[in-house]
Amino acid sequence: MYAQMVDTGSPDNQALDAREARFQQRIDDGIRIEPQDWMPERYRKTLIRQISQHAHSEIVGQLPEGNWITRAPSLKRKAILLAKVQDEAGHGLYLYSAAETLGISRDQMVDDLHTGKAKYSSIFNYPTLTWADVGAIGWLVDGSAIMNQIPLCRCSYGPYARAMIRVCKEEAFHMRQGYDLMLALCRGTPAQKAMAQDALNRWWWPSLMMFGPPDGDSVHSAQSQAWKIKLFTNDELRQKMVDQTVPQAEYLGLTIPDADLKWNAERGHYDYGAIDWDEFYAVVKGNGPCNRERLDTRRQAWDDGAWFREALVAHADKQAQREHARAA
Amino acid sequence: MKNEWPLWEVFIRSQHGLAHRHVGSLHAPDAAMAINNARDVYTRRNEGTSIWVVKAVDITASDPDDKQALFDPAQSKVYRHPTFFPMPDEVKGL
Repeated sequence: MYAQMVDTGSPDNQALDAREARFQQRIDDGIRIEPQDWMPERYRKTLIRQISQHAHSEIVGQLPEGNWITRAPSLKRKAILLAKVQDEAGHGLYLYSAAETLGISRDQMVDDLHTGKAKYSSIFNYPTLTWADVGAIGWLVDGSAIMNQIPLCRCSYGPYARAMIRVCKEEAFHMRQGYDLMLALCRGTPAQKAMAQDALNRWWWPSLMMFGPPDGDSVHSAQSQAWKIKLFTNDELRQKMVDQTVPQAEYLGLTIPDADLKWNAERGHYDYGAIDWDEFYAVVKGNGPCNRERLDTRRQAWDDGAWFREALVAHADKQAQREHARAA
Repeated sequence: MKNEWPLWEVFIRSQHGLAHRHVGSLHAPDAAMAINNARDVYTRRNEGTSIWVVKAVDITASDPDDKQALFDPAQSKVYRHPTFFPMPDEVKGL
């Protein structure tokens, strides 16, 4: 997902001390944890990792779609895409603020992203080769994100839950504009429909990988679930995404690129084929198609904006000095 | 840049007649930029008719450990609510 394989610290089973037991009781009772409340250090650190990774994903997530702003096929589509990408920046900012309430500074987080120390979602390391990719991302990637984020609106940490509520309200627009774009292509010329099919072919498997490793390999899941900062397992969410998306693809007249995909009446779910986890781990380790390009673009944007940030500070300092002189 | 911009808490009045409500926070070098940024970050969908920004360091908050001392005394004062007083059905205008 937007935060993948988040480390929950040492998984030791030491008896919880009394304070930690009370903390767990609060969570079990559905009482939100707020920034000034006592919390175990592992909970704090895990949440910093999870929320900052989520924030970085929103920020880096602007880049694949941003590539198409100047090449959108109409003014209407361009305005929609601009609004969507601007939302992603907003989501990143809500989440950075939530992470800061746990005691990490914004500068530290930005630094961790730019030095490659912090991770962001694997999905944003794939290229956007055609205009249809913008539709596929909205439909599949944002669709998957909603699936993960709606439960997080009920997570145990107050600032994170509140940020998720804002994000989810806006994310529904992202998914719909993506599906609307795919609909337009699928109702267009054969070449346009082929472009939509090609985008689905390339984004389908990375979208399924986005939910993270299968439950059996997901070592930190149990602790995160006990803390209620993860409410469904990776496989549960992945299954939900497949079940929701197959009929949507059928309506578009597109074929999901999985020969093993079929309805399983007994389970009441779609069965789907094996996921190439080697590819997932390669992307997570920095060897996806666009990892280097994404980070270079981020660093360049940060460096290119330095003069502007410095000018704002210089102006603020000058105004403060004048104010001070007037008061004296 | 290690000279981090201060944190501002953002309050938005959603409609005329309602109170400003806390919506989140952001970093900005001064109050004018904080208002500009708040407009972009928190009012992209007609959420507001007015914005307040306050430096986070200027907010004094109650201590969560004082919760009982501060708020429990109100619990026993049910007579502060109008429903505490049963009124005869026949009498109108109460």
